[in-house]
Amino acid sequence: MSLNRRSFLKSTALAGAGAIAAPGLMTRAALGADPIKVGVLFSQTGGLSIIEKSLADATLMAIAEINAKGGVAGRPIEPIIEDGASDPKTFNEKASKLVVRDRVPTVFGCYTSASRKAVLPVFEKRNNLLFYPTYYEGFECSKNVIYTGSAPNQQLSTFIPWIIKNLGKKKFFIVGSNYIYPREMAKVCKILIEANGAEWVADEYLELGHSEWGSMVNKIKSSGCDVVLSNVVGDSVVAFYREFKNQGLTHDVLPICASVTSEVEIAAMGAEYAAGSYTSFPYFQAIDSEANKAFVERYRAYVKDPKAVTHHAMESSYFQVYLFAQAAAKLGDKLTSNAIRDAVAGSEFDAPNGHVKIDPENLHTWLTPRIAQWQADGQGKIVDQLPAPIRPLPYSAYGETEANLFCTTAGLDSAKLKQ
Amino acid sequence: MVDTLFIGLSLGSILLLVALGLTITYGAMGVINMAHGEMVMIGAYSTVLSGLYLGANFLVAIPIAFIVSGAIGWGIEWLLVRRLYGRLIDTLLATWGIAILLQQAVRLEFGLSFFGIHIDGLGPGLQNVDVPAFLRGTIPLLGTEINAFRSFIILVTAILTAATWFVMYRTSIGMQVRAVMRNRNMAAACGIDVKRVNALTFAYGSALAGVAGVMMSGFKTVFPDMGASMVVDGFMVVVVGGVGSLFGAVAASGILGEINGLVAAATNDILARAVVFGTVIVVIVLMPKGLFSFKGR
Repeated sequence: MSLNRRSFLKSTALAGAGAIAAPGLMTRAALGADPIKVGVLFSQTGGLSIIEKSLADATLMAIAEINAKGGVAGRPIEPIIEDGASDPKTFNEKASKLVVRDRVPTVFGCYTSASRKAVLPVFEKRNNLLFYPTYYEGFECSKNVIYTGSAPNQQLSTFIPWIIKNLGKKKFFIVGSNYIYPREMAKVCKILIEANGAEWVADEYLELGHSEWGSMVNKIKSSGCDVVLSNVVGDSVVAFYREFKNQGLTHDVLPICASVTSEVEIAAMGAEYAAGSYTSFPYFQAIDSEANKAFVERYRAYVKDPKAVTHHAMESSYFQVYLFAQAAAKLGDKLTSNAIRDAVAGSEFDAPNGHVKIDPENLHTWLTPRIAQWQADGQGKIVDQLPAPIRPLPYSAYGETEANLFCTTAGLDSAKLKQ
Repeated sequence: MVDTLFIGLSLGSILLLVALGLTITYGAMGVINMAHGEMVMIGAYSTVLSGLYLGANFLVAIPIAFIVSGAIGWGIEWLLVRRLYGRLIDTLLATWGIAILLQQAVRLEFGLSFFGIHIDGLGPGLQNVDVPAFLRGTIPLLGTEINAFRSFIILVTAILTAATWFVMYRTSIGMQVRAVMRNRNMAAACGIDVKRVNALTFAYGSALAGVAGVMMSGFKTVFPDMGASMVVDGFMVVVVGGVGSLFGAVAASGILGEINGLVAAATNDILARAVVFGTVIVVIVLMPKGLFSFKGR
């Protein structure tokens, strides 16, 4: 009996390993050198797979491109793909599997803050490295994460003054999904709104995934606000913009200015519902540069969908692989997580959105804030952008400024946080 | 105040729209149909697909979704549910399985995505449904502007409820359904073809969910998981209203909708949801059979 069970375990383990290694075997045969294994950890199933699939595709596309050009110093990158299944606990288990069993020096992955927080202990305890592509709420200073999405100040620090100055708006209604990201974003919003001489009339939340906006939009209508600042996330966005228009509100009188609404949600809700509203992101599909147009073309060819849209977190998923490859090429055989982090810190790259640089102090990314107004064709028309990338400040909600960094190579200065 | 009450009414009508089919299948057949939410989802996808491939208008999608969901419901009854009558927990698990299968069928484009084939309008992504212009804005009522689309939902719900009432209480098949609801064996002994009645009831309940799906697709997000949360709301209404009671479902959805709307207006949506669930718990504790249950004989 025990023998049977053991041989059963062995055969299933072998079958599992075979299934995982299969794509890697092909690239190894093709390039004939010892591959560099990396983890790719996004949700392939579950509610969040809608977005996370595109992040995984962008990551794999970058890996395929690098391999097609001869890999990293002759060595192909071999992705080990795991499914987080839209569940933070599964993310934690899969991260452990990648770090402990597969011994990868780097993992590309996670979309939501919940999943990042769930895997963070694994990477810190094992001193491994995570490349995290999403715009997020800040308030984190880890030596084991490279953050390539925007920090709150990169979305809001130009956006809110711009709303007040260029749109002439004075009264903000802040609305968001009820979890950490929108709540932290709201803190940054309030600081910026007050610093720029405007006021906020309400700060309201709805459950994540909630799609019944009747009461909230009615509240917005009667609140006397002249602009809505939305940190609403995911599929709720679609129902929100539709209800907004259905209750007779228009973006030219009362615009929605969003920190999260991207090309994905616009395509789903129908462009006419969003036309005239604004979003602030470092990347839009509509960025008018040769590099970006070529990127969009390549992505559409890669996923075999001529209408696929590109968006900010997805573009970060793409260029962060190149940042890794640049660092790995310098290191040769000494590919440890520590060495990769030190090589990535301060490194630069020409991404589809423009020039990006990893901040050597806090390991977040220098990005160029852009503001776009959504058009009737579902694309954002860029109405304002800074001339150069700005420094990421993950603690801007707590008073961090460029002159007074909270998060440095020495770690988080928690004394500053308490002030 | 008018607009707050209107939103409450609208929330109630949406609850009723989803619960209408459930109250019949659960009441008549004693089947906990966890796949009911997926019938709503199929209705929504019927709207997406008929718009894409037939160029059909949103309104034309209503009969299409009615037929498609009804046919799929009939198929589920024929394949699975009829083998499980009288086994309440088994129906729950089996239909839950069906729900997952249906979700994945849509997400994986019936498995074709494994072969690299993509069907427009299916897959894991969010879908876009085009709503006719006259349903997008507002209409004036009692000195305030009300939401045209929500008014349309209320109208459709009223028509479906009236039609269901007519079928149940004014036709011979309705009388048979009610007989089966009260006492299955006695109805069979009186010569009613219980199997046929069950199949028709299940198909009709599913078809109603399909129409609910068309309505949802116009103002909520269409994606494979969309039905999962709706089935919870549907059961809430059925349990509060009383199993198998059409009037109970109408009353319960109206009450819960207005509570939700009023509390949300006074405080916020998160608290409103808690108050609604609290009300449901109180009702079940005080009246385990619901507000309007008939007495068995």
